Amino acid sequence: MSVGAAAAFNLLVRRELCLSFRRPDQLLQPLVFFLIVTTLFPLGLSLQLSLLRDMAPGVLWVAALLSSLLSLDGLFKSDADDGTLEQLALCGQGLTLIVVAKTFAHWLVSGAALVLVSPVVGTALGIPVGAFPTMMLSLGLGTLTLSWLGAIGAGLTVGLKRGNVLLSLIVLPLAMPLLIFGAGATDRAISGTNAAGALYFLAALCVFTCTLAPFAATTALRITLE
Amino acid sequence: MNTAADGLRVEKVHVWRGDRHVLKGVSLSLAPRQLLHIRGPNGSGKTTLLRVACGLLRPEQGEVSWNGQPISGVRLEYQAVLAYASHEPALKGDLTALENLRFAVGLKRRVSAQELRDSLEQTGAGACADLPARVLSAGQRRRVAMARVLAMSASLWLLDEPFTNLDAAGSELMSALLRSHVSQGGAALVVAHHDLTVAVEMRRLDLAA
Repeated sequence: MSVGAAAAFNLLVRRELCLSFRRPDQLLQPLVFFLIVTTLFPLGLSLQLSLLRDMAPGVLWVAALLSSLLSLDGLFKSDADDGTLEQLALCGQGLTLIVVAKTFAHWLVSGAALVLVSPVVGTALGIPVGAFPTMMLSLGLGTLTLSWLGAIGAGLTVGLKRGNVLLSLIVLPLAMPLLIFGAGATDRAISGTNAAGALYFLAALCVFTCTLAPFAATTALRITLE
Repeated sequence: MNTAADGLRVEKVHVWRGDRHVLKGVSLSLAPRQLLHIRGPNGSGKTTLLRVACGLLRPEQGEVSWNGQPISGVRLEYQAVLAYASHEPALKGDLTALENLRFAVGLKRRVSAQELRDSLEQTGAGACADLPARVLSAGQRRRVAMARVLAMSASLWLLDEPFTNLDAAGSELMSALLRSHVSQGGAALVVAHHDLTVAVEMRRLDLAA
């Protein structure tokens, strides 16, 4: 009996989560990086809360972008290295479904986890509790968009020996709008003004990449597989 | 009775790798109940031909068809009937042998854990079912990879050097599995650099270096 797309998606996400939790060190590295980088700023700058608060959105977002990049390199690479990517490509479900499931699972263990620890970082940077919902929503949308941009980059660089630097060079310029609107939304939430405009932009970017990036990433991966 | 349109046909396939012309107009056909052994020295394009045949690599010229239709048009249907075993065993080291099979075979068809254990038993890897693949020996990994092919219940097997790392008993078992697959109406395309001693009707295709 053949397997439907929903069941296959479910199985693939479980596979990715299972693999991630078998390697807790790799799972925790980007999160610890995020925590350490953001707590370095209060230590390195001054303890003036107003100064920290002014810089918090930028610090938070730059650290989030960089820590998300850390794990993107392995999105397809480990499967390509051990030959399981070929097995997945021939599983009869279509490469796009594989790419969507793997990227979604990647976001769950990197992006979503980062959103969950962001209040800790927010507290360290002096962001008021009232701004947390906007900060977390903007980070959620931003990291999901970034996972998709990263999937395109990871698809293109999967065949390269040291592709992680090239991956950063491909993804970071594309992530600039995320930084602008994400930090903008958080900044507005801190100052107590309406952050809806920036959030709408982030949501639009997220929908745009979620719709088109799967096809771009699949094509990139297919070219590399050949 | 097989017709000409039945099964796999590779027609006048050309593949270049950079400046190297790896496959120079190779053709082959494979109908149900047939075993085709592809031989050739290192670098003659055996693996490339197998990757072309399973649709992982698109040839620059020529066509691959399944039951008379180009595989690019029936990609998913074609993938549903094929089982490919690459030169590497393609196992995740952090997953157990059984989990490896569950995630690979489960994408192709609904399969119970017992069925997967049975196929591991059949290839002599039953004792490895609950061990992480990274602790298995090369021969055991090969057996697990073969169990994956078995569990897929595919009619077309595309195997790249399936005898590598197997001991004498393993090679004998592999031959028996091929024999039973072909006699039950399956087809198999086997890349192996040495002679095969499978007691079924077997054709050979020699690739030049």
